[in-house]
Amino acid sequence: MARQLMRGNHALGEAAVRAGCRYYFGYPITPQNEVPEYMSGRLLEVGGTFVQAESELASINMVIGASMAGGRVMTSSSSPGISLKQEGISYLAGLELPAVIVNMTRGGPGLGNIAPAQSDYFQATRGGGHGDYRCIVLAPASCQELCDLTIKAFDLADKYRNPVMILGDGMIGQMMEPVEFPEMTDLASLPAKDWTLTGAAGRPQRTILSLLLDPKVLENHNYKLVRKYDAVTLAETDWDTYLCEDARLVIVAFGTSARIAKGAIKRVREMGLKVGLFRPKSLWPFPTKPLEELSRVVRHLLVFEMNSGQMVEDVRLAVNGQAQVHFYGRPGGVVPTPEEIAHQISHYYYGAHLNEDGPSRARLVGGLS
Amino acid sequence: MKQVFKTPQSLKPAIFHYCPGCGHSIIHRLVAEAIDELGIRERCIGVPPAGCAVLAYNYFDVDMGEAPHGRALAVATGIKRVLPDRVVFTYQGDGDIAAIGTAETIHAANRGEKITAIFVNNATYGMTGGQMAPTTLVGMGSTTTPKGRVAARDGAPLDLTQMLAVAKGSVYLERVTVNSPQAIKKAGKAIKKAFQVQLDGLGFALVEVLSPCPTNWKMSPVDSFKWIDSTMAQVFPLGVIKDETGYQEAKGGGE
Amino acid sequence: MTIKSVFAGFGGQGVLMMGYMLALTAMRQGKNVTYLPSYGAEVRGGTANCTVVVSDDEIASPVASSPDIAVVMNNPSLLKYANLVRPGGIMLVNSTLVGSVVNRQDLNVVKVPATDLAHELGEDRSANVVMMGAFAQATGVLSLEAFSEALAETNLGKKPKVLELNRHALQVGADSARQALEAARSAASK
Repeated sequence: MARQLMRGNHALGEAAVRAGCRYYFGYPITPQNEVPEYMSGRLLEVGGTFVQAESELASINMVIGASMAGGRVMTSSSSPGISLKQEGISYLAGLELPAVIVNMTRGGPGLGNIAPAQSDYFQATRGGGHGDYRCIVLAPASCQELCDLTIKAFDLADKYRNPVMILGDGMIGQMMEPVEFPEMTDLASLPAKDWTLTGAAGRPQRTILSLLLDPKVLENHNYKLVRKYDAVTLAETDWDTYLCEDARLVIVAFGTSARIAKGAIKRVREMGLKVGLFRPKSLWPFPTKPLEELSRVVRHLLVFEMNSGQMVEDVRLAVNGQAQVHFYGRPGGVVPTPEEIAHQISHYYYGAHLNEDGPSRARLVGGLS
Repeated sequence: MKQVFKTPQSLKPAIFHYCPGCGHSIIHRLVAEAIDELGIRERCIGVPPAGCAVLAYNYFDVDMGEAPHGRALAVATGIKRVLPDRVVFTYQGDGDIAAIGTAETIHAANRGEKITAIFVNNATYGMTGGQMAPTTLVGMGSTTTPKGRVAARDGAPLDLTQMLAVAKGSVYLERVTVNSPQAIKKAGKAIKKAFQVQLDGLGFALVEVLSPCPTNWKMSPVDSFKWIDSTMAQVFPLGVIKDETGYQEAKGGGE
Repeated sequence: MTIKSVFAGFGGQGVLMMGYMLALTAMRQGKNVTYLPSYGAEVRGGTANCTVVVSDDEIASPVASSPDIAVVMNNPSLLKYANLVRPGGIMLVNSTLVGSVVNRQDLNVVKVPATDLAHELGEDRSANVVMMGAFAQATGVLSLEAFSEALAETNLGKKPKVLELNRHALQVGADSARQALEAARSAASK
């Protein structure tokens, strides 16, 4: 199929439909309004169901119901609305229901603004609601990747019976880029679900619940979730590297920040600075191990986020003191330019004498044996 | 020997955990009987509340899906929209449906969701220990209104079912009780009719059941049955609140 | 090469469409491209703008803090962008509606009376297409032919008659920009 020039929010909707999503429940909030707008029309065309709910709370609970009934279902919102959805997300995790939740993040806290931000990293990767659980969190950096990761999100949600969050931002949602879509998924080809509520016809009654009053039973359920999360971590951790082979300084950034960082790296490379990029594509599971391995060789990391420092904590945990971890961020919906990041990079690079080969080398010579 | 009384097929052979004199056991049975009589057990999906009836899935022998407190009608909407040929019901208490879930309730009714809602009104938060409910009567004591509910401070009891009558999507709303054999029979008819409304695809149907809670009302079961007539039904009058079904009396009424 | 352009004007002037035309044409020419519109409360006051980045390389940021090209369709937009365009950049001005003067010697200012030209064409709404013709001529980012071909894929090219009119509008805009550039050149050589 030919490339189409498409707005991120529309590309997301089209990708969802092509992934077999036939149910969408949502509530308007900027900057993701184009998602419900697109789904309302597109789902009509493919015989799906769109409901504009009375609130984000209602919409996430409709998602719970639709998922119980076996539908491929999605909801989307932006930061304040995602806060409202946290109740339902906790239930989705506890009930082990697949669903795709999209956060086109805006500036916060509170009403904040509608500019692109990455300040919901903690909320997304720590679970967000109450209880001991994880959402799989995917962070696209372009409209094409938004399409690809959305399709992947539906498969992961079904495979692990777990909520999957797409963590974008206002820019990814509003921006238009060329996108190439895959063919429509044949709904009949999707793996059958043997746990859904369809009526107890010819089989015993089924209950989908998270209320487990006996602590030992709930503990077992929690450990079952932990084993699932371990399996997800092993199989689904996803990241990208760029020019890390000779790097003395590696920028760690995700989503929009990562593409800005890449532009900055190209600039400083022209000046001879040996700088690379490490980009987590799955924020949970976080690519802890590959980053730890990288930090054995590269001793200086600069974490760049559009917030006041969130993912940097995961980076510090991953490298566990093996490397210097420096942070630069712009909160409040400010989108820094590649020039600004290039300036930050060179400032740090020369400040840490990474241009010199001294006794405390920036890079382990020869790498790991 | 002729069997005159047995457990409905739609109830599991389990012993209810409800307190002596509690209305839930009776209402569970009425719902199960309605499901049996309409022959819909195998395509029925229920959504229980948070509250005393949270364990309803231990009793109903139909598919059951849990909902967060107050969100039963939103969850039910999701189920029904995916499986429009199934019969979906919610079973909710006053706190669930008329306080924390007010928005979900009103909008499900307003959309005319083809769902049957059973609203158990016992004027108290039973499971959490007898705190004030949206339907607690003025002057009535609770663990959070120790000297009685004061309208000027706590608001007056909310008549949710009456509120739902103005929603265009609601088709059938009736308030019943279960404090006497006659009342129980009438309640059973209403519940069955509320399912029939869904089977006929007419829209949203809700039956509110004034239900005794002797434990939190601090009364004997007999006194609590009497109190429903003498006091509670004065604030929440029994009877049909809205009926746009167009049914002749015989239809949906069973016998 | 990476070129960042901003388009700005009143809502209803087809400003977002201009950006879309550039982005679509660039995509069809095999370029990398991003298009970022203003959105939400920002556009409720009746002004609109969008940023289009066209590049042979991967595009880092779709935002332009100092664009290479600014296309301003009304006076407020001129005031907003006059100081932001990078030195040596191009400012395309709809001279029918823009009264203010750009007080910068380091910019190439190209004045095109797009609204008047559109009126003469008998279609007031085509001022944005006229301006895109001028854009092609004055910037050389993409050829006039490329724009003309891409028009067919937009709402402006759905009906053959409308497409014909808009292709004509592109040409009129290009001619106007050429004249403005020639006039500026001869003035400079005098």
